[in-house]
Amino acid sequence: MDCVVTGGNVKVLAKAIHSLSRIGDELYVEPQEDGLALRSVNSSRSAYACFLFAPLFFSRYTIPSGHTFRCKIAIKSVQAVFRSLATLEKTVEKCHIELDEQKNHLTFTLHCKHGLMKTHNLSFQDSESLQAVFDKDSYANVFRSHPRLLVDTVVHFPPSLEEVTVSVSDERMWVRNHVEEEAGDSESKAMLTELCLASDEFDHFAVQAHNSVTFCLKELRGLLVFAESTGLPISMYFDEPGSPIVLSVTDSVLEGNFVLATLSDDHNHQVQSTECTLPPPPPDDFMNDDIDAYLIAMDTSIAPGPSATCLSTPPVADSICSKQSAAANHRTRLHSEEEEEEEEEEYETADSGRPPNKKFCSLFFGSVLSPSSQMTTQPVTSQEVLASDSEDDVQ
Amino acid sequence: MPLSTQSQADDEQYVLVASLDNARNLSNILKAIAFKDHAIFSATPNGLKVTVEDSKCLQANAFIQAEIFQEFTIREDSVGFQVNLTVLLDCLNIFGGSTAPGVSTALRMCYKGYGYPLTLFLEEGGVVTVCKINTQEPEEPVDFEFCSTNVTNKVILQSESLKEAFSELDMTSEVLQITMSPSQPYFRFVVKNLKLLSTFGNSGNAHYDYPKDSDMMELFRCDKTQTNRYKMSLLKPSTKALALSCKVSVRTDSRGFLSLQYLVRNDDGQICFVEYFCCPDEEVEE
Repeated sequence: MDCVVTGGNVKVLAKAIHSLSRIGDELYVEPQEDGLALRSVNSSRSAYACFLFAPLFFSRYTIPSGHTFRCKIAIKSVQAVFRSLATLEKTVEKCHIELDEQKNHLTFTLHCKHGLMKTHNLSFQDSESLQAVFDKDSYANVFRSHPRLLVDTVVHFPPSLEEVTVSVSDERMWVRNHVEEEAGDSESKAMLTELCLASDEFDHFAVQAHNSVTFCLKELRGLLVFAESTGLPISMYFDEPGSPIVLSVTDSVLEGNFVLATLSDDHNHQVQSTECTLPPPPPDDFMNDDIDAYLIAMDTSIAPGPSATCLSTPPVADSICSKQSAAANHRTRLHSEEEEEEEEEEYETADSGRPPNKKFCSLFFGSVLSPSSQMTTQPVTSQEVLASDSEDDVQ
Repeated sequence: MPLSTQSQADDEQYVLVASLDNARNLSNILKAIAFKDHAIFSATPNGLKVTVEDSKCLQANAFIQAEIFQEFTIREDSVGFQVNLTVLLDCLNIFGGSTAPGVSTALRMCYKGYGYPLTLFLEEGGVVTVCKINTQEPEEPVDFEFCSTNVTNKVILQSESLKEAFSELDMTSEVLQITMSPSQPYFRFVVKNLKLLSTFGNSGNAHYDYPKDSDMMELFRCDKTQTNRYKMSLLKPSTKALALSCKVSVRTDSRGFLSLQYLVRNDDGQICFVEYFCCPDEEVEE
């Protein structure tokens, strides 16, 4: 692999890496035919981000021939290459990224003014493919706005705030902090903040379902910083609660997608019991979320190629009610030679016992397997999915 | 200036009197070597030399020539004492260290001799403050025996490019390796992060290469390829001097000892020097 980024694009690449660092600790690098994919996922697999840089973003773009190459690198080491954005702008003329497969090194060389060359040899580990499965184009609600709008909204919430709830009607969007209601404590003592945005503040505002989704704000801030500094409009897609919310930025040579899990407001989630009981309807929308309902169970069937033959989207309630095991099976299917056994075990113990604690649970899985990688030794149980999959496309 | 109206008779009791219209011309350069509390002052008719040392492995010297001072009177061949540098800097900045143009603190530094405190008269805007700082017996600074005849490699660079490289260097890493060579890579800094090495195996290292024909390079005279390692913790204080300087000379001798000399221009455009000597961590012959 041999890529060269020149001029102002070096800073864009650096900013993308910094924003990915807000998601997870590792940077997944995958040079593809359609561009260089940089991805990150958080430890609980409830947030995923991917930047795809088209070949045109580079002044030279050569990928390893004959085999797909994937690796992951400690994101802090990559950030160290692009530590000071101001300096990058002033002094870096080009950035050369080269792969040395023998030494397991990915070398970043910054060619700077006055002949100075900064070379960083970063060692990587082989990794499984990491791809989230989501189809933002099928989501009911789509919005687009200048990043300033979202930045100005988010600034009203404290940095420590974990979760926000976004609700929409035909003409309005409300953003408020999500406060969990403690059992038996009918009065919440926390401060509640709510902002209302009118549809005309957005460049595009299309609502098909008046839904409310709750997700973790922290992981989003990385995208906001990126979008604001590049001035690219942010598109927001979401559907039912439980289905992820996707925020994207696109231009002719890059596409960034941040996919965050949302709280499922399904009240039927029970691991062991087969009963589906509905609690009495809550007094208002605000207190809708049941603490025990938390998960976005998505799973895909294993298929030999990237375009997994996936099942159509059944209605949410049905799938949860009818297949308790599906709801509990939030396994990620990230297959890698070393981690496979470990991961499966880890998730299985979580499945079998008590419900996982009230955090967002994993939502996706790298169901993309290359034919050469080892197939799981586990029998595949066909599971229902909440969304059909699709690949990211570069516009 | 009020300070100069001190009676001339007073001056006779002082072995050293040094005056500056702008105390920053002294305090800024002292800040570049203030990595330890104590400093050894050594004054000769040529000027003032201030030395700070760390564990016999690192020594920093600041040279302020007599010409820099508005008044520099010394009644002995050599006057030496030791003071708490942190306290001295606090006193020099006693008026708050305002950087507004036209506002400066005037300084008159006086010393009566062995056993007497160092007296500072500071004035700004008509307000005079007198500070007396206790002095100690000066220690003998380490002689690094770094002489120009022993210098194997010498490079003079404009500080600009080094400043940026140093600011990015991972200061949490333990060792900085410097290679100087008549052939490629000419002048290279390698940051070795030993902690990372143990976590990720043979992992991440970074190196910065300066070509000998760079327009930042004013002098390149390397006779022999040498690679030496230095503890980052020792070199870190030198970044303050680098930040103030416009040029830096990097020299290594046959033992691998490092000499960094910084040319600093003060507020009035006058030149002072700061020098750092550092022992190598271990020799790596290449």
